[in-house]
Amino acid sequence: MVRADRFQRDEGVDTKPMNIVVPIKLVPDLVEELEINEDGTDIDREFLTYRINEFDDHALEEALQLKEKHGGSVTVLALESEETDKVLYTALAKGADRAVKVTGLPEGLSSHALARTMGQALSNIDYDLVLVGVQAADDRDGQLGVLLGKTLGIPHLSVVTDIAVEGNTLTLHKEYAGGIMAQFETEPKVVLGIQAARVIPRYAPVSRVRQLMKEAELDEVEASDIDLGSGTSVRRMYTPTRGEGAEMLEGDAEEIASRIADIINEKRS
Amino acid sequence: MSQDILVVVEHLDNVISDVTFELLGKGRELATATGGKLLAAVLTSSAQSLAEKLGVADQVIGVEDPQLQHFNPESYLTALSSVVEKKAPRLVLIANTSMGMDLGASLSVERNLPLVAYAADVEMEGDAAIVTSHLYGGKIYSESVLDADSGIVSILAGSFPAEPGKKDGTPELEILAAPPALSDTRLRFKSLIQPEAGDVDITQEDILVAVGRGIQSEDNLPLAEELAKALGGAVCSSRPIVDNKWLEKNRQVGKSGLKVKPRVYIALGISGAPEHIEGMKDAELIVAINTDETAPIFEHAHYGVTEDLFDIVPALTEKLK
Ligand SMILES: Cc1cc2nc3c(=O)[nH]c(=O)nc-3n(C[C@H](O)[C@H](O)[C@H](O)COP(=O)(O)OP(=O)(O)OC[C@H]3O[C@@H](n4cnc5c(N)ncnc54)[C@H](O)[C@@H]3O)c2cc1C
Repeated sequence: MVRADRFQRDEGVDTKPMNIVVPIKLVPDLVEELEINEDGTDIDREFLTYRINEFDDHALEEALQLKEKHGGSVTVLALESEETDKVLYTALAKGADRAVKVTGLPEGLSSHALARTMGQALSNIDYDLVLVGVQAADDRDGQLGVLLGKTLGIPHLSVVTDIAVEGNTLTLHKEYAGGIMAQFETEPKVVLGIQAARVIPRYAPVSRVRQLMKEAELDEVEASDIDLGSGTSVRRMYTPTRGEGAEMLEGDAEEIASRIADIINEKRS
Repeated sequence: MSQDILVVVEHLDNVISDVTFELLGKGRELATATGGKLLAAVLTSSAQSLAEKLGVADQVIGVEDPQLQHFNPESYLTALSSVVEKKAPRLVLIANTSMGMDLGASLSVERNLPLVAYAADVEMEGDAAIVTSHLYGGKIYSESVLDADSGIVSILAGSFPAEPGKKDGTPELEILAAPPALSDTRLRFKSLIQPEAGDVDITQEDILVAVGRGIQSEDNLPLAEELAKALGGAVCSSRPIVDNKWLEKNRQVGKSGLKVKPRVYIALGISGAPEHIEGMKDAELIVAINTDETAPIFEHAHYGVTEDLFDIVPALTEKLK
């Protein structure tokens, strides 16, 4: 009996397959130059390229890893925008089972409003786990995962770097500074803010994404009566003054290398 | 609502984190501006020993319970929420750290208080607190107006000097009754795991060559290693390099890595996200090489080069040999 039990556990057979939801946020590509809009209170969103928040990409990868190991399903959710379809089809191409597009909301939503929206969308989805990127580059009013956990009335843990499942119990690692980690245990349902997946997030072959764009359907749900407020307003957004920090070194590679060598040698002497 | 400033004291293994003193120093300034008191909230199993380090505060508000010995998002929220309800502070200052992230945003929903995160500065302007946040990986700054009666500011570590917040001596200590809901948690803290000691201690190195995602592939790491060798220093990195397992965790600089203060820090292909800056901004000499002239690393470097690192680094190594 004991042996069989152990064997089963090692095989993960007695681990309950989990339905995992990954809310995805699209953020401006930080490699591009960001500009400020005319009234100086937001970035200029007109010509921006958006992409999946890099930490959400890790959350998706971790969700797919868990599914591949223990069964269950992965559902991705994102607000409608110009690039949403592509991001959602990419998630399907990577192995997500279902993609839901939430319509009817403006761009540049606050984290509080996004949490309310995702909370509403989740009320019609059967889930055990919500994995979300630990943060996004624009959450001025707090991180989505924590806000979502509170909105849903379920526990949340952020900066999670490791998830193990046995039976119905999740063992989680939360990272602190200096590489110190805290280990927690819990049972579903829970929202986890993922810092890094156990492996580098996979790529989806472009051909597969294209194929799915032709064949697969995205589900749509409309958000209704979402309170858009966050309790604070932005009076000014700006780019830090360039050149205030560093003295820029110019010239060809040889000249620059010589300058840096001189600067370092002077400091070392 | 009071005009008090409440600082949430962060502690790990019974040691108060540096960032708490940064917040206390700033909190002292803000309390002078609002005319309120500076309160320090200590949520722990036994508050006395921590309170002794909080001499800069006017009052320490403690919630004590065995459940609070280690951080737990649920029990800490319950405890903090009771402090905030009782004291109704003008501002709650929380560190934008691993613990602070869980605490700040959940307090915001729990008590229906506005929250501004990623804060690098807070100033009072009349009745409003103006909060400067570093957004988009530090590429954009924003000024938020927090003009409700009460609000929460989640502050990036390293935003203020710690010295003004450090003063021994125990202020008046008020212990609040632990709310009964405290032990009603679905998350269970199990243990703390210390990192393994690695081959080098980058916090002890005089010269660090730091690589970021701009290094593109593990195969290019020898470029940085050769430069480090020519300088008699060590290689360290930003977080993604460690997440990719190209380098060990003990090489990571920043918020969830190590804080370093070398004489020379050469940043190769590192954008300068706030989480990285936190760990290296006190280096004596910072030289950054990054193809993107708008990379935030240049706000913190002393010297900058907007060229391809693959052109500059071999030439530099040659010169230093
Ligand atoms: C809770 C939390 C904790 C974190 N802790 C840490 C931490 O401890 N340390 C840390 O570093 N990060 C940490 N991060 C991650 C952080 O937010 C950033 O994602 C990370 O610092 C970015 O690393 P990077 O600069 O190497 O990569 P990127 O931001 O991708 O920057 C790469 C840079 O390389 C430049 N580049 C590209 N090619 C070249 C070339 N050929 N020559 C020169 N330049 C080039 C690009 O212009 C770009 O600026 C943390 C995040 C979270 C949420």
